[in-house]
Amino acid sequence: MDFWILQAFYGISYGALLFLLASGLSLIFGVMRIVNLAHGSYFLLGAYVALTVIWVTDSWLLAIPAGALTIAIIGLAMERIFLRQLGFAPLRQVLLTVGFALLFQQGALDLWGGDNMFIPVPEYLNWSIQTGTLFFPVYRIFMIAVVAVVGVILWLVIEKTTLGAVIRATVDDAEMARGIGIDTSTISMGVFALGAFLAALGGVIGGGFTGVYPGLDFEVLPLAFAVVIIGGMGSLRGALIGSMIVGLMDNIGKGLFPELSYFTLYAPMVLILAVKPTGLFGRE
Amino acid sequence: MTIFQIEDIHTYYGDSYVLQGLTMSLEEGQIVGLLGRNGVGKTTLVNSLVGFNHPRQGRILFKGQDITHEHSYKIVDLGIGLVPQGRRVFPSLSVEENLIVAARVGNGQGWNKERIYELFPRLKERGRNRANTLSGGEQQMLAIGRGMMSNPDCLILDEPSEGLAPVVIQQVWEAITKLKEMGLSILLVEQNVALALKLVDFVHVMSKGVVVHSSLPDDLWANEEVKSNYLGL
Repeated sequence: MDFWILQAFYGISYGALLFLLASGLSLIFGVMRIVNLAHGSYFLLGAYVALTVIWVTDSWLLAIPAGALTIAIIGLAMERIFLRQLGFAPLRQVLLTVGFALLFQQGALDLWGGDNMFIPVPEYLNWSIQTGTLFFPVYRIFMIAVVAVVGVILWLVIEKTTLGAVIRATVDDAEMARGIGIDTSTISMGVFALGAFLAALGGVIGGGFTGVYPGLDFEVLPLAFAVVIIGGMGSLRGALIGSMIVGLMDNIGKGLFPELSYFTLYAPMVLILAVKPTGLFGRE
Repeated sequence: MTIFQIEDIHTYYGDSYVLQGLTMSLEEGQIVGLLGRNGVGKTTLVNSLVGFNHPRQGRILFKGQDITHEHSYKIVDLGIGLVPQGRRVFPSLSVEENLIVAARVGNGQGWNKERIYELFPRLKERGRNRANTLSGGEQQMLAIGRGMMSNPDCLILDEPSEGLAPVVIQQVWEAITKLKEMGLSILLVEQNVALALKLVDFVHVMSKGVVVHSSLPDDLWANEEVKSNYLGL
């Protein structure tokens, strides 16, 4: 029993982290139909920028927004200067984003080196709550809380505001959205920057327990894609449910059959795709 | 006064050469019909007018301004409202959201959600429902309402009768008449000739990417040659 409670807790907290990464990926795909293979890089770069801010200012609280905002600006520039020029050309978009992912990878290696680093977590979050024989790290509870707040804000904006309706209209039918006067180019820019922001936020927060190291970018990217494929492209609810499924499968799988961990993660994905090719909450 | 002036436009759909030097004009305050069989390029013309598919040659003037290569969303701001073929309401948005995302000041005629609901009371009852739960007729009303939310000078209606029951077409046609009486200019693209001729002040007939006949509706009705050659009547 203890095993299952702990695995569920670890799975949900890991799922929370994945939600930050995957919700942006999913929104970007929904609005722009772009498969952004540089999305994992935002996660890693966000963590490195935060680490640098901590070295310079010694402030973890400052490092969180600094990391996320810096990467949001990088994402915005990438969208405006490069992706925008391509129009709707999926193959070229994929090649461009994979090119960026490789550039970011090498750039990070040159700037921050190849060592495995940790983002130091403040004392007040670096302890565990003990109940009986179980220990629950407070930092993981903090992660779940952050994601709950971010998730509620995202949901309110997307589902309850006019701006959110404009974004959903663009996801439904971008050409028609332009045909009723919506400047979808500006919407895309905003959503792309938001996606980069969320991924980097995930990197900064996740850097406190997964560590920060070269290769992390390409380690989290397939997980994010698994989430989006399971949950359905362009759906916030899908990203949430998908994150939880992937988070739990990954942890439970590694706990029960460590040698089959990729199988336990991707087998459910294949099953869901076979039954419902659009993902659980996808359209069309 | 001429509100739309389309001068010798050539538009491609992918690799196929669809509009092959089309010229026509629309007078302010009129309902102008555009008729023609399936596949003659009517919707491609609509797509060229609203900036979905820019012509490679020729030009389009709206209220004297060249909009040939303008962005769609700016064309809306200049005063063109679109009610597209197949309605294309936003399926995951509620009826109300479909209207508010399209709201613009436009020509200042004061069209807003409430006035759309007056025009189509049925929409008010369905206000909170998702658009994909509406019937075809309700979706058409919503598409027209959405097109009016930008307060346009000219509304383009592409096949508004498509797939609707006669009683619903009746309601839609009454609404279009009301809009015309308020001074709106309307381009009505239709395959159903008899239905279109009930409504229009002037009519153009298209075939193979060009306009082949332009006249008053009665003259077209009397012209057996044009009707049999180009409209299959």
